[in-house]
Amino acid sequence: MMRYIYSIEELEEKANDIRQDIIRMLEHAGSGHSAGPLDQAEIFTALYFNVMQHDPRNPGWSQRDILIQSNGHTVPVRYAAMAEAGDFEKSELMTLRKLGSRLQGHPERLKLPALETTSGPLGSGLSQAAGIAMAQRMDGETHRWVYVTMGAGELDEGNIWEAAMLVGKYKLSNLIAFVDRNNIQIDGPTEHVMPLEDLRGKWEAFGWHVLEIDGNDIEAVIDACHMAKAIVEKPVVILAHTIPGKGVDFMEYDYHWHGYFVQTPGAPPVNETAKAALKELRTLRGKIKSEAE
Amino acid sequence: MAEMHLINDVRAKDIIKEPNRAGFGRGLVAAGDANKNVVAACADLTDSTKMDAFAKKYPERFVEMGIAEQNLATFGAGLAAGGKVPFIASYAAFSPGRNWEQIRTTICLNDRPVKIIGAHAGVSVGPDGATHQMLEDLALMRALPNMVVIAPCDSVEAEKATLAMAGDSRPNYMRLAREATPIITTAQTPFEIGKAYIFREGTDVTLVATGTMTYQALVAADILAKDGISAEVVHVPTIKPLDEKTILASAKKTGLVVTAEEAQINGGLGGAVAELLGEQLPTLLKRIGMRDHFGESGEPNELIEHFGLTGPHIAMAAHQLIGLKK
Repeated sequence: MMRYIYSIEELEEKANDIRQDIIRMLEHAGSGHSAGPLDQAEIFTALYFNVMQHDPRNPGWSQRDILIQSNGHTVPVRYAAMAEAGDFEKSELMTLRKLGSRLQGHPERLKLPALETTSGPLGSGLSQAAGIAMAQRMDGETHRWVYVTMGAGELDEGNIWEAAMLVGKYKLSNLIAFVDRNNIQIDGPTEHVMPLEDLRGKWEAFGWHVLEIDGNDIEAVIDACHMAKAIVEKPVVILAHTIPGKGVDFMEYDYHWHGYFVQTPGAPPVNETAKAALKELRTLRGKIKSEAE
Repeated sequence: MAEMHLINDVRAKDIIKEPNRAGFGRGLVAAGDANKNVVAACADLTDSTKMDAFAKKYPERFVEMGIAEQNLATFGAGLAAGGKVPFIASYAAFSPGRNWEQIRTTICLNDRPVKIIGAHAGVSVGPDGATHQMLEDLALMRALPNMVVIAPCDSVEAEKATLAMAGDSRPNYMRLAREATPIITTAQTPFEIGKAYIFREGTDVTLVATGTMTYQALVAADILAKDGISAEVVHVPTIKPLDEKTILASAKKTGLVVTAEEAQINGGLGGAVAELLGEQLPTLLKRIGMRDHFGESGEPNELIEHFGLTGPHIAMAAHQLIGLKK
């Protein structure tokens, strides 16, 4: 496996690179979800470059940690992190959503086995992670972890709470779950579409230990993962409070950017949107001079 | 013709009956004995799906899910991802009835070898009524790429099928019945996933049957023999992939086909055979099964009579075809 030793500053740079790749991929694809992938850049950077045991040169390594993306529609952030980690060439990112690509619009294991599973129809990832965690427990494996990311709106799905009950019942503490608590879903703010609060209380009632963090703070993500590993009596869910569209000012907080990159009402053409977004990311919102200029 | 080693007299008054789910229960324990990676999960129906013996013998390999069929399917996909051979059980009305999308995405598209057991299928569930009488499972599961669909004729075959499923690398679905039905096969009767078997040779008409309706087809062949008609009975325990070769060869020989199943003929065995013959060997066909309607409460025997799912009904359909041919 690869051991990554990066400073927080270096990880923050990687998160920024991943965001730029997300914008380029979506521009190229012409469709896809933008808010969720952007706001999870810190979570995926932390997982791929600090937290998870994995080996991009040997994706089937028997001792690897498992990552399941229950919110499969945000898979561009994972593809970007994988390319950054060396799972494949960055040029392949531009095949996203194209005919013949391994990078399907939603994660497909048969196309790209390192994705671990096939997901996207919301609500099924936590259960799959639970099945893997249970299989590991049956095999007496104690040093492997199963991570799963969920969206906030995804928590409307009954399948999630069926799984939450089961994981709580069996105290699958080798499972570490994230909720990307960005407060948006396609039809609007989560609390308008279908209120989720009291979210901490809900998870606790299902037998989980809840950690709440700033999900756009890499150090907080890493710390939460380490703490989650130390909590053995309960499964842990990390409520990662994120800013939807994080890093691109005109996308932040606007639920319209949850859905299609090109269909925001009144938005400029896709290439101009991408150009403006990339400029913001490259210049850290004007704080530094872009190398591309 | 290969020897089928069936019982001698399907119309014997003292024929032994047992629900085919009992054979599944025995097969699951045997599969668990043979492979420690065989695990089981059930949605609060452990006794009636006959997972109880396995759960008792291997409690550390059994997961009680509660009444949560969506989680049953997706958790099963996860167990398979973790290297297990999971059998997941509920009533067919709920699995695959309720969790079809989960099966589609996380088991079929994901190609995980989850073994889905749909118990209490068909109208012979009886007094519980239409809500619990699953009739659309064959159509639902046949439509899925990668899925294997099995309907054993009796408990002896169900036991063999369970062992075969445990050794099969594909997603599998097996439908089982609640009611005790005649045991017509023996330990020597062959079973292989994907194979259809000629249970009785004949020349005038082909009766293609699956699940517990194969017994009724054998009864029909007996009735027809007394009328001077030689019926061939093709037992199709695997509906997908369909053993096209065996069915086509028999249809070619007799020129008349009756299908029989305790399920919707739309998309079921009747649908599958109609598609096959329509494309490759247009043949006069009658389909016995549920014709686009639901079941209702009643005793199992009353219901199969009421819905025209007995040996005499199959024989009558054969007579009608012979009349059409003349």
